[in-house]
Amino acid sequence: MSFWEYANPVKFMGLSGRLIPVLSVLTALSLAVGILWGFFGTPDDYKQGSTVKIIFLHVPSAMIAINAWIMMMVTSLVWLIRRHHVSALAAKAAAPIGLTMTLIALGTGAIWGKPMWGTYWAWDPRLTSFMILAVFYLGYIALWNAIEDTDVAADLTSILCMVGSVFALLSRYAVNFWNQGLHQGASLSLDKEEHVDNAFYFPLLVCIAGFVLLFVILVLIRTRTEIRLRRAASLQARNT
Amino acid sequence: MPDLGKYADTVILAYVVSFVLLIGLSAITWVQSRRAKRLLDAEEARRGK
Repeated sequence: MSFWEYANPVKFMGLSGRLIPVLSVLTALSLAVGILWGFFGTPDDYKQGSTVKIIFLHVPSAMIAINAWIMMMVTSLVWLIRRHHVSALAAKAAAPIGLTMTLIALGTGAIWGKPMWGTYWAWDPRLTSFMILAVFYLGYIALWNAIEDTDVAADLTSILCMVGSVFALLSRYAVNFWNQGLHQGASLSLDKEEHVDNAFYFPLLVCIAGFVLLFVILVLIRTRTEIRLRRAASLQARNT
Repeated sequence: MPDLGKYADTVILAYVVSFVLLIGLSAITWVQSRRAKRLLDAEEARRGK
């Protein structure tokens, strides 16, 4: 059995239909445990006080915001090379989720920034690259909605996605490229010296798992919606 | 409820903003999914007649 079999809409609908109930339970569990553990079960930070609890929403949403675009880049490449419609529709399905995660990361970052940095916003490399990423998400969604022919829309949005990938990667590594911003370095690292204290680290990992599962389940549901709309449009064209 | 001290408003605002966006996205996703399923079912029923 080949992985590419799931590019067949019928196979994709069958597999995703079976996965969604299981993933829903896992998502609800991991989000509930992670957020409750983070909010109620962690101490205040010696410098940042209780604002450290924002990390449990800010870091996972920022990670998904960047990686959603990377997932869109991969599925767009699959569309451009192999012309599988499901992969183009999966990229389209992921964009509103990526945009929402970018807005959460920007919003929680601004709220957190006010007491810590004394300002909601600064033209810091990471903040600026994230704002550009949000604009790319908006542009990508607008382009899909502006073009009636889905194949042409998939082609053009795939090209836009390749260009936007530069900013998605820039958002991830902006802190390393330019060392003069307000934003600190990575909160999670394989290097023990760098990452946050274990009191925050483990609930943060659970929250990240919850956000990843939420992303997967929302992409699956939205891709199924796109497949159904495409099938309905084709039946409508045949029926009239 | 943990004692959030002088940053209580900040922390609660961050959580409320995030929950509103996450719940809004999930609700829109669910509504659109139901609507697409109904539309496809109707088209398939029309074609079956």
